[in-house]
This record gives sequence, C-alpha cells and structure tokens, in this order.
Amino acid sequence: MKRTNAYGLVLGLPMLVWQLLFFAAPLAFLVVMSFWLVRNFRLAPDFSLDNWIKLLGAGYFWDIYLRTLLNGLLAAILASVLAFPCAYALAFRASVSLRWLGVFLLITPFFTSYLVRTYTWKVILTGNGIVNAALGLIGLGPFMMVNNIFGTVIGYLTLVLPLVVLLQLFSLAYVDRTLIEAAHNLRCGGLRTVFQVVIPAAKTGLVLAATFAFILAYGDYVSPSLLGGSKPPTLSILIVDVVKSGANWPQASVVAVMMAMTLLVVSFAALIFAYGRPKARA
Amino acid sequence: MNRRRLIGLLLWLYVGAVFAFIFAPIVTSFVVSLNVDRFPTLPLGGFSTKWYQAIVEDPTLLPAMRNTLLAGVAVAVLSTLLGFGAAYTDFRYHFFGKNVYLALALLPPTIPVVILGLAMLVFLSQVSLFGKLHSVIISHVVVCLPFAMALVRLRLSQMDPSLEAAAWNLGASQWRALREIILPFTLPAILAALFITMAVSFDEFAIAWFVSGFNETLPVRILAMFQGQVSPRINAIGSIVFVVSMTLVVLAQAILVTRRPKAAP
Repeated sequence: MKRTNAYGLVLGLPMLVWQLLFFAAPLAFLVVMSFWLVRNFRLAPDFSLDNWIKLLGAGYFWDIYLRTLLNGLLAAILASVLAFPCAYALAFRASVSLRWLGVFLLITPFFTSYLVRTYTWKVILTGNGIVNAALGLIGLGPFMMVNNIFGTVIGYLTLVLPLVVLLQLFSLAYVDRTLIEAAHNLRCGGLRTVFQVVIPAAKTGLVLAATFAFILAYGDYVSPSLLGGSKPPTLSILIVDVVKSGANWPQASVVAVMMAMTLLVVSFAALIFAYGRPKARA
Repeated sequence: MNRRRLIGLLLWLYVGAVFAFIFAPIVTSFVVSLNVDRFPTLPLGGFSTKWYQAIVEDPTLLPAMRNTLLAGVAVAVLSTLLGFGAAYTDFRYHFFGKNVYLALALLPPTIPVVILGLAMLVFLSQVSLFGKLHSVIISHVVVCLPFAMALVRLRLSQMDPSLEAAAWNLGASQWRALREIILPFTLPAILAALFITMAVSFDEFAIAWFVSGFNETLPVRILAMFQGQVSPRINAIGSIVFVVSMTLVVLAQAILVTRRPKAAP
C-alpha cells in the first residue's frame, strides 16, 4: 500500500486541513498580531516592537508573570501531593472493580462544567456561606476564604485534582508488582518502599501529571478571577481585561505569546525530566 | 499487623475525603438550587423550585440554550468525523511528517483556552468568520477532535490489523473493508466520541466567550451572570448543565465499558 490513493487522502486529509487552518494558522497569526499597532482605534499591520518593549518594560507585567508562574507551580505541587495517597490506594489496595469505579468517578467530574463547580465553591466558602456557618457552630471563624489565594487554590484543585489522580493512578498501575514484593522481602519498610521503589518506578507518569496540573492552572482564568477576586491579576486575567477594555489585540497577543513560550519551555523541561533515566541506586 | 490495618483505614478515609472534595460543589449546587434562600447558609432554608421558575422565565437563556445545543451537535459530528479519519490514518499509514500530523491532532487541549480563544478571535475576525455561531463551532472542533481521535485510536489498537488485510485478500475494496470491518469494530468508540465531544463543547466557555460575539452560548451566558449578583438561579442552570454533561459522559463510559473487547486468552 505504498502509493497514495484517494481513499487514504479522503480519510486523513480533512483533519490536517482543519487543524492547519483553524489551529496552527490562528496561533501563528497571534505572533504576527503582536507586532501590529493600533492607530485611531483601528488595527494597522506593521512590524513594530512597540508592544513588546512597552509590556516587557513594565514592572507590573513581571509581577503578574511571576505570580502566575508561582500559582501554577503551587497548584502542581499541591495537587500532586494531595492526589498521591488517593491514587496509591486505588492502584495497590483496591479491587479491580473498585478501581474502575474510582476511574469512573474521576472522569465524570473532569468533563462536568468547571465553571459552575467554581461558582458553587464561592457559595460554599463565602463570608456567611456554608463552611463559615458550620465553623461558627463550633465557635470558629468566620474565615476569609474567597477573594484571596486560598480561594484561588481551591479553584485550581477543583480543576486539576481529578485529572492528577487519574494520571497518577494509570502510572502506578503499570509499576511492576514484583519490584515491590522484592523490596518487602528485603525488609524494606512500607513508607521507604513508596519513596525508593514506587515513586521512582512511576516517575514519568507522576511528572506528566504534575505538568498537566501546571499547564491547566497556569492558563486558568476562572479560579483567580472568581475565587481569587481578580486582585492581584494573573496573565489570563490580564489578557481578558485588555481585550474587554479597549480591544488592544496586539498587546493582548504579546501576553499570550509570552504565556505560550513559557509553557513550551516548562513542558520541554518536564518531558526531559520525566523521560530521563532514573539514577542507578547503589 | 494492627498498625497496617490502621494505616489502611486512614488511607481509605483520605480517599473518601478527596472524592468528597471533588463532588462537594456538584452536590452543593443541586442543594442550593432547590433551597429557598437567596444567600444559602446553614441551617438550610425550605425547599423551593422558584429558582428554576426564574430561569424558565429568563428570556436570554432560551436562545443561549439553543445555541449551545446546535453547536454541541455540530461539533460532535464534525470532530468525530475528523477524529476518526485521523485515528485511522495513524493506525494504518506511515508517512513523512507523521509526528507533526499527530501533534496537530492531539495538542489543542493542552493549549490554555485563553490563548486559543484570543488566537481564534484575532484570526477569525480577519477572515470574517467572527461573532457567529459557526465561529464557536469551528473553534470547538479544534479542541474536541483530539478526544475523538484518542478514543477511536485506542479502540483500533485493540484490533488485529490482519483483519482488514484478510478482507482485502478476500476481494473486498478498501471502502468495503472500512465499512464492514473497521466501522463495526470502532462503533463503541465512535459513539463515545460523539458524547464526549458534545460534553466538552457543551461546557466550554472561554473560547466561546472570545469568538461568539452576540451569539452567546449557555456557558458564556452563565459567565456573564457571575458579574451580577450572587443568585441561586446560577445553581439552577448549573444543575441542569451538570445533568446534561454528566449524562453524556456517563453514557460514553458505559458504552466503552460494556462493549470492551474480551481480553485475549
């Protein structure tokens, strides 16, 4: 089946054309747009570095940039740590049917309106909301749980926790059981087995899970705006604000290109780390 | 031995806590939507369907709902078609630049929706495709077809590749082999892909917010309602949205699990 034929083209080509036109081209055009200018409220094609110089020279941009990066890292680390015992229990301590039930219960919310889930957290956590009322009954609080980083993090975890547990579970399920038995036979304690045998063996999947958590939280708009109160802003909020307030698309494009480049660098670093050979242990 | 028991118990309590955290907002949304209080707190107020009545009477919601359903169906069909073609191409052919081909087919969901939304807005308005329902459909297909591609591809990897070759040897044309071997085998994945892609489109708000203009979809409408006052009306719509998308996702999973090929002996 070497020669190209109509059959193969009819099946394979439509996706390629669609994604080139509506995925690759828009992203490439975003880079072009970052060099355009706005004159008299109209877009003017140009090759100007003005937008770049203006934005990268602004102190507030780097504040936002750093904060967004730290938010993403925080979400990735927290989600990885919080998810691990859960994924571990489902992978090693659960029966097959219980594990499938777990997978089912994790996939379903992942595809279920993140927007409404976040909004409901606001109802739950707000000043005189359900959690504060419950805490009040035992004489605690009220605590400020929204419009700050706590709220933002709850939102991030809502977004990424199901996915991180799932990905960790899949990578743990492929860990060779005989490795663990060997560790036990050699009198390696439970916790030590987890840290020195299980985690290194599942490293690739665990790093990928954390990377996805980072990507999702880094780009998220809803949690930092709705639960974090938009102040201080993140890069996504900056993009939306710029687009909303004056249609300065070139400036918004600069922010988006910076975000995309950052994600590219982080993802590549994570991939190299994930697929790097684990150091041989003495 | 007792210590091991205790650790096991604590571990399962922890698993319970994680799932409680994941499902807390979903359950709470249903409760709040059926609660009479405007600002829900403990103890809960009485039972009421007034928030559901309020959304039925809201004139902006019906067109938004219609847009979402129309877009959802179109996106599901288009992205499943394109995703199927891509999965089959990956399954059957080797060609130069296949990595790029696969990257185009699978990467979109990893790009933050704000970046993708802005790119779509900027690009579609240059080619006069902005601000209509088809703008939403075009953009959603980009992010949905990877899910369809992945589902069909996974299913194809469970198939014996020599089945198709056997059909050719028995004189079937390529199209006939596709129709009588590949399609029946991948049918569960195709159905699951239709449901999952519809669910993804149904819930997607960021790209839709950028490109839909005045043709708001339901999630965009909900996002706009956030700017206003806190109101259980949002939870009432939200609960309906939950039921729809959960039904789609559960159906997809049920099809995949019940039609799973028997494990090889």
